[in-house]
Amino acid sequence: MIGFSPSEEQKMIVNTVKQFATDVMRKKFRDCDESGEIPAEIIDGAWELGLVASCIPEQFGGAGWEHSALTGSLLAEELAWGDLAMAMHILAPSLAILPIVEMGTEEQKKKYLPALCGNKFTAVTAAFIEPRYDFDPNEFGTTAGRKGGYVLNGEKCFVPLAAGADFILVYAREGKDRQCFIVERGAKGLEIGEREQNMGVKALATYELNLKDCKIAAGNRLGGDKGCDFNRLANLSRVALASMAVGVARASFEFSRDYAKERHAFGEPIASRQAIAFMLADMAIEVDAARLLTWEAAWKLDRKEDATREACLAKSYADNMVMLVTDYGVQVMGGHGYVRDNPVELWFRNARGFTTFTGMAIV
Amino acid sequence: MIDFELSAEDKAKVAEAHDIAQNLFRPISRYYDEHEHEDPWDLIDTMWEMRGKGFLTGLGITGALMVEELCWGDAGLYLASPGPGLGGAAVFAAGTQEQWGRFLARYGQGKPKWGAMAMTEPGCGSDTSAIQATAVRDGDYWVLNGEKIFVTMGHRALDLSEGIIVVWATVDKSAGRAGMKSFVVEAGTPGMKVEKLEKKLGIKASDTATVIFENCRIPFNNILGKAEIKTKTEGFKGAMATFDVTRPLVAAQALGVTRAALDMLRDELTKRGIKVRYDVPRSKQTAIERDFMEMESNWRAAHLLVIRAMWQLQGGTPNALEASMAKAKAGRAATLITQRAVELMGPLGYSRKLLFEKFMRDAKINDIFEGTGQINTLVVARRLLDFTRDQLK
Repeated sequence: MIGFSPSEEQKMIVNTVKQFATDVMRKKFRDCDESGEIPAEIIDGAWELGLVASCIPEQFGGAGWEHSALTGSLLAEELAWGDLAMAMHILAPSLAILPIVEMGTEEQKKKYLPALCGNKFTAVTAAFIEPRYDFDPNEFGTTAGRKGGYVLNGEKCFVPLAAGADFILVYAREGKDRQCFIVERGAKGLEIGEREQNMGVKALATYELNLKDCKIAAGNRLGGDKGCDFNRLANLSRVALASMAVGVARASFEFSRDYAKERHAFGEPIASRQAIAFMLADMAIEVDAARLLTWEAAWKLDRKEDATREACLAKSYADNMVMLVTDYGVQVMGGHGYVRDNPVELWFRNARGFTTFTGMAIV
Repeated sequence: MIDFELSAEDKAKVAEAHDIAQNLFRPISRYYDEHEHEDPWDLIDTMWEMRGKGFLTGLGITGALMVEELCWGDAGLYLASPGPGLGGAAVFAAGTQEQWGRFLARYGQGKPKWGAMAMTEPGCGSDTSAIQATAVRDGDYWVLNGEKIFVTMGHRALDLSEGIIVVWATVDKSAGRAGMKSFVVEAGTPGMKVEKLEKKLGIKASDTATVIFENCRIPFNNILGKAEIKTKTEGFKGAMATFDVTRPLVAAQALGVTRAALDMLRDELTKRGIKVRYDVPRSKQTAIERDFMEMESNWRAAHLLVIRAMWQLQGGTPNALEASMAKAKAGRAATLITQRAVELMGPLGYSRKLLFEKFMRDAKINDIFEGTGQINTLVVARRLLDFTRDQLK
């Protein structure tokens, strides 16, 4: 039966996250963007909500909740509404946890998951993007060759939390295949570069990786001999990022809408002019449109169906949408949107990242 | 629950609508585009027979999806198909049970009939509060006077069948919007005549009529809603309730035409060995692939907005905001996507040999009737801002 209302359980999760986003994230996000640091208590506070590790099966120490991309989409939107950099930091461990839970071997689960069920945030992550303008996930430049174990070679960038991560799931090309490899901290041949300086998500610590004949054990190929389902991981990532784009866009819409009702020009609120009001209407329509596309893709993934087309459409739509909407957010506020006293310029900078962000979040 | 799955029964209904669109509409699509004002009687009779068996008699999500399928076949022929149409939707939205029986029962029996709604006048379109047509009470009757234009299916409802027309008129000009009421007039009522059929850019298989009312007397209880003028907005609510149903339906029409263009474009590209690669980065996609993805995602987004508005309607949730969102988005998407399809096909798109140019002409009306894109955007903006029409003009 067609429906657009989240379940009671989903509503509860959304409300909890919304509360956290409002009370905690929104209080500090500007400071964090300026300083480039996110206070540990925010990250630990989010960790305690159990959003990330809850999908780990009970036998490995987790809550054993059934994974749902749709629920993940809902909470990712709320977190990103709070702040995108924090949201990506908070959800970064999912980049490694979810693939292992869904596709890892028993040994991999046993080895890596229990350590991620503690009370404190533990950094693990994945390396997906590569530093080229024509980066194409269908043809990773990073390669994995079989030599007893595996030997990885290549460059990665935009790897969240790489410096402090216990292990990193590295995406690479193995022959014609795309597979993931678990690279532990300190592995020989793994070099983690300086922290990257980007236009937006400045509070999120991201790094370049250099893999030079990095040797890992044969057992560290995700899923063992069976390998992983790359398309599914890519689609779960597209849904996560599209949801985050919706969250960022909604933040900008709400803020500029409220501003436009307060700000007076020519003796009336600027929102009383169609030039402004129509921008706001378009923003709201586009946010909803992108959300519905994203939900549909997530729903399909939850049914374990191939959702490549839906996820790609949702992601590309959301990429365009968030840029347009956050641009309008700045435009509605004029000069006040351009100064850093107000948040819309931050959302505008963050929005530009989405076309680049691939594989940087997963739900 | 968030769910996108239609029941097996509803899927079958939508599939049936698609079959009809493909097998009955498409083969005669071009003919009736080139022979404006001819009546496709074979199709009319078939569609009427289908209606008798329950085809497309319900609204809601499934109804909208079926409308999308039929308009995938041909938007003009869909409008030309007999049934209560927008007039019926108005009676359904604002009428009493007694009125449903009296005015709508005819659409399940006898010869083919159409229904129409008359709102627009020579001097007013979007600003329906400026309606000049009058309804004056005379004992047990109302006496209607005025001129209505752009009445979709007015000719077939009133001249070719024993249909109904819902007419908007003011019972008190000094009361403004509050004095606006809607009235049902049955075909054959003295004092009502169809005067002119418009020649149009597209949807040529549908008729668009001018209807004149000269001392047209109708029974008192043909008024939809209450006769008294109550609050400032009361009288207008009937019209607005109608839009809650009709806007998503018109949006569904738009999306049918749009998908027709998309499907045909995909077929033409496939013939030339071009397959859209959804999962390659933009830097590696061709311009056509990028365009196609943008077009398809816009169609799909509008499609989901329509389904959401219909889902709200089915569940009894207020949907005026979402209905206008869906209509604004779908009208614009249809217009832009069908234009782009013509562009991408080059001379093959512009030529009347294929249907691309027709899709573009047919699509455009959807950004105009049942509220222009601008009016729907205005409705959305007012609701988002919680502004009255005085606060946001």
